Amino acid sequence: MSSRLPIRKTYKLFIGGAFVRSESGRYDRIEGGASATAPSAGGVNIPRASRKDVRDAVAAARKARGGWAARTAYNRGQILYRFAEALESRAADIGAERLDVEASIDVLVHYAGWTDKFQPVLGGINPVAMPYLSFSLPEPTGVVGIVAPDAPPLLGVIAELAPALAAGNTVVAVLSGERPLPGLDLGEVVGIADLPGGVVNLLSGRRSELAPVLAGHHALDAIVDASGDPALAADIDKLAAESVTRVHQATPAESYEAATGDPLSRLEALTELKTAWHPVGA
Amino acid sequence: MATQEQRTSIVWDYAPAPESPEHVRLRDSYGLFIDGDFVDPVDGARVPSTNPATEETVAEVTFAGPGDIRRAVQAARRAQPGWTALSGLERGKYLFRVARLIQERARELAVVESMDGGKPIRESRDVDVPLAAAHFFHYAGWADKLSYGMGGRAVEPLGVAAQIVPWNFPLLMAAWKLAPALACGNAAVLKPAETTPVTALLLAEILQEAELPPGVVSVIPGDGAAGAALVREPDIDKVAFTGSTAVGKNIQSALAGRRIPLTLELGGKSANIVFEDAALDQAVEGIVNGIFFNQGHVCCAGSRLLIQESVADTVVEKLWARMARLRLGDPLDKNTDVGAINSREQLERIEGLVASGEEEGAVRRTVVCELPSRGYWFAPTLFTDVAPAHRIAAEEIFGPVVSVLTFRTQAEAIEKANSTPYGLAAGIWTDKGSKAFEVASALQAGVIWQNTYNKFDPSAAFGGYKESGFGREGGMSGLRPYLRVSAAAPDPGSAL
Amino acid sequence: MTVARGIARRLCRAELRHTQAVIRRLPHVDRVGIEERAATLGKRSIKTTAKQQGIRMAVSMVDLTTLEGSDTPGKVRNLCAKAVCPAPAMPEIPSVAAVCVYPSLVGVAREALDGTGVHAASVATAFPSGQASLDVKLRDTEEAVAAGADEIDMVISREAFLAGDDARVMEEIVRVKDVCGDAHLKVIIETAELGSYDHVRHASMLAMEASADFIKTSTGKAASGATPGVVLVMLEAIREYVDRTGRVVGMKAAGGVSNSKAGLHMLVLVKETLGDEWLTNERFRIGASSLLNDLLMQYQKTETGRYARPEVFSRE
Repeated sequence: MSSRLPIRKTYKLFIGGAFVRSESGRYDRIEGGASATAPSAGGVNIPRASRKDVRDAVAAARKARGGWAARTAYNRGQILYRFAEALESRAADIGAERLDVEASIDVLVHYAGWTDKFQPVLGGINPVAMPYLSFSLPEPTGVVGIVAPDAPPLLGVIAELAPALAAGNTVVAVLSGERPLPGLDLGEVVGIADLPGGVVNLLSGRRSELAPVLAGHHALDAIVDASGDPALAADIDKLAAESVTRVHQATPAESYEAATGDPLSRLEALTELKTAWHPVGA
Repeated sequence: MATQEQRTSIVWDYAPAPESPEHVRLRDSYGLFIDGDFVDPVDGARVPSTNPATEETVAEVTFAGPGDIRRAVQAARRAQPGWTALSGLERGKYLFRVARLIQERARELAVVESMDGGKPIRESRDVDVPLAAAHFFHYAGWADKLSYGMGGRAVEPLGVAAQIVPWNFPLLMAAWKLAPALACGNAAVLKPAETTPVTALLLAEILQEAELPPGVVSVIPGDGAAGAALVREPDIDKVAFTGSTAVGKNIQSALAGRRIPLTLELGGKSANIVFEDAALDQAVEGIVNGIFFNQGHVCCAGSRLLIQESVADTVVEKLWARMARLRLGDPLDKNTDVGAINSREQLERIEGLVASGEEEGAVRRTVVCELPSRGYWFAPTLFTDVAPAHRIAAEEIFGPVVSVLTFRTQAEAIEKANSTPYGLAAGIWTDKGSKAFEVASALQAGVIWQNTYNKFDPSAAFGGYKESGFGREGGMSGLRPYLRVSAAAPDPGSAL
Repeated sequence: MTVARGIARRLCRAELRHTQAVIRRLPHVDRVGIEERAATLGKRSIKTTAKQQGIRMAVSMVDLTTLEGSDTPGKVRNLCAKAVCPAPAMPEIPSVAAVCVYPSLVGVAREALDGTGVHAASVATAFPSGQASLDVKLRDTEEAVAAGADEIDMVISREAFLAGDDARVMEEIVRVKDVCGDAHLKVIIETAELGSYDHVRHASMLAMEASADFIKTSTGKAASGATPGVVLVMLEAIREYVDRTGRVVGMKAAGGVSNSKAGLHMLVLVKETLGDEWLTNERFRIGASSLLNDLLMQYQKTETGRYARPEVFSRE
């Protein structure tokens, strides 16, 4: 064992494409973690995000929303595939188990392939009984909040993140309080994956503090609750009702099959169907 | 006699801007790509592939003989069960690799495509190669979603697909064929066109680099006889052909009684219809794109220009002035708009039909430009005073020649546009949306462009009506020709 | 010039009203098609001798501009020196076409440019907003002309245009032209505020019908200026007007043309839309400030093969 002193990683929140500390300055201490090359004996400090961090993350996600939705579906697919490439190249460092990481990469590949395919499946031409061309097309809902489960620590986040991004949304994710490190490391992966700043925002801290703030944020368009906590689910329902935010309850995905078994439901829940009519006739 | 355009004096000319072929590394000689490797022929022969702009050899390739064709089919037969046994996700990952490798080698592929086929580098760089990568990327994503693309039914691949592609978009047509076939779990034997085999062979190298299991794809260049032999092979399960209507009919006839699924992508004599309320300057650009893109070597080319009489003179004048700005010359020059004609044979066909136009009484105008001394060239040409019965209005020229007809009313435009055994594409230029949709619903054409022309995307289905062929490539519909509905009940949990 | 004055005088109010009823049917410009064509022309590869010639031509077409609240006579004199001799170390680089300033500084420019062949151009008509009475706008113009302006760059009334009052838009142009004397009139349509390519084409037509000598994209003070799409629309409008009437109207692209690549793109648009006869500063201008230094840097690179140190080229 070398006597060289390793450089320890500082964990930060990922907001607007930048790594920032919590504006509150608070932190929690958890076991294990740091990177494979710089293990820390007594645990690590992780930022304990505040309601203001949630506010900033939602603002960043809103700002990024138009640009991300305006990209071609092909471009979004390429970026999600690059996200998979990036995760594969960081697989050893990311601090989650190999099976968790491999399933996560494959989930990203699967949803990268959906970006330009769910439209003809969920939308289409409506053969109305009048001389009009009527079509319905699914558009991104907008800013999607995600409450990630405790397990699996990486796949649990990716299983909700991938369909949200594939549908053209931007995301604010509240990571597991007990096992946030792989989720925080995702920020580094996002950074090398060509995802524009603000499309993915990652917050660590206490779920009981952060999830209600997120659900009650009136500028949030939809929230995916994968926490598996029924009391929290009820709270989220009530808070979301204040601004008709769409709520989607998700069972934490434990495998690649579970995350991709019903992709259309996941995609549809995070899109809005727009129907247009145009007369046909000279 | 042809009237000639006076070129105004040039104050500022673009200096030569050649795309350098220095970074391109071609082998001196390519064998047949069978069972994952480049091999010597059993009964085929080595032949040079020619650059139609210079008449020099691009590379030596091997044309397959009957024994080689059989070898390729048998390799596909052996490899196919293993390929379809892979999960859709895994098959998709191979195709994603291919897409990425095409992107990495994009510049090289574009240069070689222009050298082997004659099209301008700007087109091969900006259209052919990016779309080829996009097709592999798109179908990679379908490989594990097939039943969603087939209305929730469980599906199976067909088996071994015999695929014959033309010389006008060699790499792109190879991508249009291979990507969906492989995504659906089939193995494929690809026969590139006689005059443009090289980029398909580079694609074979990419398949090797992607570690595609040996035998899943074979690439066996050859002439017309090789194509005829391939479709007569007993051990194939599917035939897909893009090329002339005449050969398509031969193939359909050769398959009689065999119950082998067939898709045909054939010729066209597509109408580009300009209404008086069109954005005329943009319509002129669309007309130019429609018939001079790729020197008019396009099955869906807008070769019949139908102009509403009230604006016919204006449009023809604008079009003629615009044609005079087309730059014809070295395909590897980045400023070239119109490249070389693909072969001496094709040039002679074009010249013959153009001569018939003049003989039958149409008025010809050809842009005056310097034609290089070597190579095969035809300057952009416009015919007016064309009657629908003229050969130039009825037969596919497949060259940079546009025939102008006029109409008075919408109904007349539709009737004239539909008066052809072909039915591949059409263009509609009008600023009135409701008219655009009404005319679109009345036209007997498989692809309709409104206020644009020659736009392609892997997610948008493409294919013809009537004698322009049947079957579709692109989008969800592009899966159908490579699948059969399975006898098994659909498994909601399956990631097929 | 006489033809234009004749047209101007014939346009009395009654005729303008009639014209308005007939012409406010917007022309058809397809946005996707225009932008595609403009972008394709941006792919022309201009190398070696063509690049050098193009840069020299572009320099000769520059209206070197300063329109800041903080402009002073000293600043304007420095600008004029640069305009007359942009690159002393490269004598084959020509003078620019004109120096463009506010009316209050035209006198300074006139004196500094006397005998050099470089024109003194002035903005006028309550530039850049144009939100003032017609009387104020006319007096603004008269003062600039009296101070020695060779060229006047006026703004159309966007307030009138967006309200659909084509007659008033045209009348103002005609009145300003009347007080220009021998100065040639450029009419700025301020494309960023018009909202659509159809409006750009329409406003261009109105300006030409009202006897503009040049039509110009922008004041340089709005959100966007001479984008390739907008320039192409205006060049096509000019082409149609010239074909129909025989009267040549020039084009000035201003705002956002900040580097050589953009400048050469402009030249390609002109060449391939109107033809080589239009590649002269009598028919085409580029309003710019930072463009000139980039043209000089790129020119030097074509000579030496090296990328330059920007500080070597003086800022005015």
